[in-house]
Amino acid sequence: MDINLNDLLRRYRSYPFEDYPVKTPHTGVVFLKVKEGQTVKGPSGEWLQRPGTLLYVIERERNVKRMTALWSGQVSEICLDIEGQFVEAGELLFSIRHQLDKEEIIDRILTQVLYILPAPQRARYLLAPEISARMEKQPKEGVSVGPGDEVLIMSLMKRDTVISYEGVPGALYKVYFKSGDTVEQESPLLGICPPDKLRYVQKVIQRIRTEWEK
Amino acid sequence: MADSGKLLSQLADRISYLIDIKGNSEWSNVGDLLGRIQWLRQSLFEIKEADLFEEIDRIEDRISFLEDRVAEKLGPAEIVNIVRSPQRFTLMDILENVYDSYTELGGEGDCNIDPAIMVARATISRRVKNKLYSHHVMVIGHEKGRGEEYRNGGCARPWGNDKALRYMRVAETEGIPIHFYIFTPGSYPIEDYPGAAQQIARNLYVMAKLKVPMVSFISEGGSGGAEAIGVSGLRLMGSRGYYSVISPEGAAAIEGKIREGEKVPRELVEHCAVQLKITAEDNLKLGTVDRIIEEPPLGARRDDFPFFRRLRYEILRATDEVVLKTKNFRAFRAYALKRRKEEGKEVPEDFDLFISWSLTDLEIERLIEFRLKKYMELGNGYFLENKNVLTEGIRKTKIFASKTYYDLRYGLLRPHRRNVQKVIEEVSSEGSVFLRKVTEPVMAAYDFIFPQPERPGKVVRSEGPEHRSIFAEEWESYVSPLANEDRTVTCPNASKYGCLDLWVPDLYGEFCGVCPNCGHHFPLEYQWYLENLFDKNSVHEFNDHIASCNPLDFQGYDVRLKKDIKRTGRNSSMITFDAEVWGLRLVVAMLFSNFRGGTVGTAEGEKFVRACDVAGTTRRPLLAYIHSTGGIRIHEGTLGVVQMPKCTLAVREYNDNGGLYIVVYDNNSYAGPVASFLGCSLYQFGIRSSRIGFAGPRVIRETTGQDVPPDYHSAKNALKRGHIQGIWDRREFKKNLHDALMTLGGPNLYYK
Repeated sequence: MDINLNDLLRRYRSYPFEDYPVKTPHTGVVFLKVKEGQTVKGPSGEWLQRPGTLLYVIERERNVKRMTALWSGQVSEICLDIEGQFVEAGELLFSIRHQLDKEEIIDRILTQVLYILPAPQRARYLLAPEISARMEKQPKEGVSVGPGDEVLIMSLMKRDTVISYEGVPGALYKVYFKSGDTVEQESPLLGICPPDKLRYVQKVIQRIRTEWEK
Repeated sequence: MADSGKLLSQLADRISYLIDIKGNSEWSNVGDLLGRIQWLRQSLFEIKEADLFEEIDRIEDRISFLEDRVAEKLGPAEIVNIVRSPQRFTLMDILENVYDSYTELGGEGDCNIDPAIMVARATISRRVKNKLYSHHVMVIGHEKGRGEEYRNGGCARPWGNDKALRYMRVAETEGIPIHFYIFTPGSYPIEDYPGAAQQIARNLYVMAKLKVPMVSFISEGGSGGAEAIGVSGLRLMGSRGYYSVISPEGAAAIEGKIREGEKVPRELVEHCAVQLKITAEDNLKLGTVDRIIEEPPLGARRDDFPFFRRLRYEILRATDEVVLKTKNFRAFRAYALKRRKEEGKEVPEDFDLFISWSLTDLEIERLIEFRLKKYMELGNGYFLENKNVLTEGIRKTKIFASKTYYDLRYGLLRPHRRNVQKVIEEVSSEGSVFLRKVTEPVMAAYDFIFPQPERPGKVVRSEGPEHRSIFAEEWESYVSPLANEDRTVTCPNASKYGCLDLWVPDLYGEFCGVCPNCGHHFPLEYQWYLENLFDKNSVHEFNDHIASCNPLDFQGYDVRLKKDIKRTGRNSSMITFDAEVWGLRLVVAMLFSNFRGGTVGTAEGEKFVRACDVAGTTRRPLLAYIHSTGGIRIHEGTLGVVQMPKCTLAVREYNDNGGLYIVVYDNNSYAGPVASFLGCSLYQFGIRSSRIGFAGPRVIRETTGQDVPPDYHSAKNALKRGHIQGIWDRREFKKNLHDALMTLGGPNLYYK
């Protein structure tokens, strides 16, 4: 947990992007449909039902696959020499430089700073009544949890199992699920912030929210 | 001055109405005229009274002239605008002006299950020789709501149609006639329980045999939504109403292949409105309505009291006619009613004729018979049938012979044989019990003295069909031509479940078009089912001589129809045939996608009705296998729409006679057919990866303004909503169908 928040912020300020490599899923002949520096859009719609921008076409055994962008951003480091060539699986075609917005940066910082409690298995999760009541009374940053506290109820096959918190003591900073939702295994459930970092984290997030452009 | 204010307000209403009809304010500068009136209203006290009235007279003359001009050349698109005008009369106006009193049922105003559907228990009276007679009726209709948003423009939600059905049953319990008033642009296309399509189908199914006289009046008849409360003994229509399979805008979007979000050209909308034959005169010619009620030249408005008087007279007369048809002694009264009709357009002050609307059991039977007969005749003559005196004679003789044979075999001899068998069984059971009582002590003593060693019991084989792999048969007989390509395809679920690419000969050969990893069903041609689902050489098609045509002379449709006939080698999108599934004979009606997208028109409707008749006569189960259907064929207009009640009535008749009707959906099944003869089935199943619903995602988005999830119409969701009873795997289709045929259905089937 020894992370310097200032270093993190400086890093995101100097390079507020995430580079997603676009690699071929399998062998085939590739035909690129984008150019260097072109802006592409990721899937959209309420259920992400509208596919993103067409990136390239890969043909194998007369099966022409249209590969679309999974992230929004700009095309960079494009390998133009592979146009119309046969490539192996996992060949890097180009990268999509995705500009992080402030919520994404906050999320990334929090995942590194907070102590994350992951879902032990795919099930329905509910906040423990005591925690839930305390969260209603006071702001969630103020709800403190310590080892041995019953924080969650896992509901699976009509059986409710209480999950106790076993990490470092701290304040419950972020709840990653809606009470009663089904959560996949290993997905984050709760983010707990150690008390010594709480004020500092809040300050940094406040700064990002106010100062960051997008 | 007060009078002038009122006059100006009336003139402003008349101009707004003209703008509504023409669809724009630029026509003949009516917009300027309206501006002038607004100015006069504002400067009412600044102008001399004489000048003001002179100006009002001038404007009134101009408006009257414009109204006459509009009335002279009133096109179908303008009639649609009249119907949609907020100044047009609504159901509430009818209840207030046509009926003596009414009590709204199922909620009031916006405190209602669905304010778009209004139900009222009303009283309507007539004067005969200075004596007043009152009739109680149930009034059910759409309320467009005088502009209120909560009425949803008369688009009934599924639960609104359910409410209508509930009160139809109340009317049946109380034995009072029902008056339906149709003011809907269409049903609200949502799948939430009970589901738009399924509820309309349920309504049609119940209305088919409702034991009360029903009369309907159409002002705005928007396809399936209109049919949900439209089955009746007599269908009336306002002379400025419209009744259509689809809105002219919808038809234009399809015809012009307009992309979503793009504006549909006005000329194309007007062209489609003409082509669809939606006016009252057109519908009367086509036989989809029985009578037109005359309205003023520019349509009746909310304060048109002479029209309400006429409507009251016509609705009384129509109910009388429906009732009178069922009576034994009716000649003089029928003559009197007919004479009234011929007397002219004047509405008489009194009726001089009283007909009681209560019916005896026998009369109710006749009422239902007449209804069935009336609907079976709808659309007849609007499909092609190669018949001459000889073939028609042979067909009728065949029908008569098979009816006599099957009636004798299964209607007369089998019940007799069953009764005899039952008596024998009873007697033998009684005898065995009696004998056991007598012989038991002797046998016990014998067993005690001479004990027998125990022997293992014999293994009894089940009588069920021997399970055979579908693959073996498939390799023997038929392989989809899709398998002839040397290439691979990607499963649409590959990103979700990591399915590997599939080699086409494997996929369409050994795998029967099913992804071996996730079970996604790739579409297969209908021939695959003909060859693999039924026993070899058991498929015998009938009524293949009935062909689709272009009954409305829809421009450009002839060419497309010919192209489809040439491409598919078939005359219509429905194939009806006898077949066998592991020796079990059944009748099948199949809608397939290659011919006009599997849409239903008069030819398809007639073929389906005849298939029901064949199945009913031969006591065989009826399977409707829907390879794909896109709804009712818009090029056949309301002739297509009336196939919905027609086919549903046929299904009801078949079911009531002890038939077993199973529907299996495959690929895409939408709109009219699902909202009628398919959705009314008691047993509906979906093949995996099929989509079932009322309207497609685009129509839902355009109508409700809300997007729907990509899996909104999936078979899985249809199952969750209770619209289907199960999802079948294509590879198990034959086995599942056989199981269903064996386990479902009553004792009237030939094999039970």
